[in-house]
Amino acid sequence: MKPGRVLLQVRGLSKFYGERVGCERVSFDLFPGEVLCIAGESGSGKSTLLQTLAYELRPDAGAVHYDLSGRGLTDLSGLPDSTLRELWRTDWGFVRQNPRDGLRMRVSAGANIGERLMAIGERHYGDIRVQAQDWLQRVEIDDTRLDEAPTSFSGGMQQRLQIARNLVTRPRLVFMDEPTAGLDVSVQARFLDLLRRLTAELRLAVILVTHDLAVARLLAQRLIVMRHGRIVETGLTDQVLDDPQHPYTQLLVSSVLAA
Amino acid sequence: MPNLPTLGVRRLGKHFILHTQGGTRLSVLDEISFDVDGGECLVLDGPSGAGKSTLLRCLYANYLPTHGEIWVREADNPGRIDIVTASPQQIVELRRTTISYVSQFLRVIPRVSARDIVAEPLQRLGCATEEARDRAAALLARLNLPERLWDLPPATFSGGEQQRVNIARGFIAERPLMLLDEPTASLDAANRDVVVNLIKEACARGAAVVGIFHDTEVRDAVATRRLPVQPVVAESAIVA
Repeated sequence: MKPGRVLLQVRGLSKFYGERVGCERVSFDLFPGEVLCIAGESGSGKSTLLQTLAYELRPDAGAVHYDLSGRGLTDLSGLPDSTLRELWRTDWGFVRQNPRDGLRMRVSAGANIGERLMAIGERHYGDIRVQAQDWLQRVEIDDTRLDEAPTSFSGGMQQRLQIARNLVTRPRLVFMDEPTAGLDVSVQARFLDLLRRLTAELRLAVILVTHDLAVARLLAQRLIVMRHGRIVETGLTDQVLDDPQHPYTQLLVSSVLAA
Repeated sequence: MPNLPTLGVRRLGKHFILHTQGGTRLSVLDEISFDVDGGECLVLDGPSGAGKSTLLRCLYANYLPTHGEIWVREADNPGRIDIVTASPQQIVELRRTTISYVSQFLRVIPRVSARDIVAEPLQRLGCATEEARDRAAALLARLNLPERLWDLPPATFSGGEQQRVNIARGFIAERPLMLLDEPTASLDAANRDVVVNLIKEACARGAAVVGIFHDTEVRDAVATRRLPVQPVVAESAIVA
């Protein structure tokens, strides 16, 4: 294949909380347009790893390199905070498990989407409004609700609004932390299908943390299985799920009810 | 470069170690070697439990072989790739351009219609949406799937209907290597014949086909060659 150049390169990444291991010696490469799932039970270090990858938490060891526009693969540890913040607002997105952590609940849906546009220098109110409207439609929210605050939205709508808010700046990499965990099963399918279409359409690279192996199978080409903060197995998603090699992965896969 | 076969399997072996069952070791495939050229339909013969499906899954990189090599000639590329050692990115690309796998069971994607499920492999090769959907409709019609079902997600379809959606998805993109695991298992005679013709057409356009067919009639109709697959002599369980 022509995977192009590496988008995110992770080497020996570790994060400790005192004696406790958050994640330890994690290494992988992510290519543009790839969806990578990080799976494992709660407490396995998935969310810590995700926050460390996104440099919201500073690693205690190891390095994350990102293919910055115009600069190529760059060690994030050497970046000033202002550059990191710009990265978070523009070229990266972060979808939180709880929409309250990823949205501004007191301002309108339109302002939630427009905020990131303004951060990259858009100033024309009319244009921002049009783009916000367009993105509401793309995530299947009635655009007449543009001026409503997300507090009046259902959980599924809030999660879709988070997607719109993150994707409006056309990021190349989006981190997602259990985005379906708080959703009713009946609305999960809609959310997953939307995510599947948008990632393909926009050639988004995604690192998605989930404990739900069915979500991994549906969305991700590659899967990392974590336990006690370490990668125990990694590979093509269907290969890891259908022919798991590591005892822990075998246990994880065999513990799930087939649907 | 000489004309390499589309698929070259060398000394392929596969065993499973069942860690959740005391480290029991199951040897399924041992020392399997064969080539398949474009235009051939190789039928895997052998009793149930002999490892035919395991072999097919190894060829699709769905199972990880324990040893051996599986060389696949990439579409529009003179070189070959050993999928046993290929990167996940290379496998994803091979599945997009080169290898089709049709099993008995459809993995349904929530909310996606039968027609779009079938059209997707074409779209991923760069075919325009309209054309892909037209070709999907034509293939579904050929497989006698009632038109009223085309725009519905197949979750509620019968087994035979789902299988036909699966077959259409597997055949629409005309890939050079087709892996078929009992594609006719729950089809009636008329649809079985349609699938037999699809397989023959695939061979005629130069695809290499490797298949498992429960149905003797289908097997005899499509096979250009057969490969006997025998169960590996049982080994004693070892404790990991």
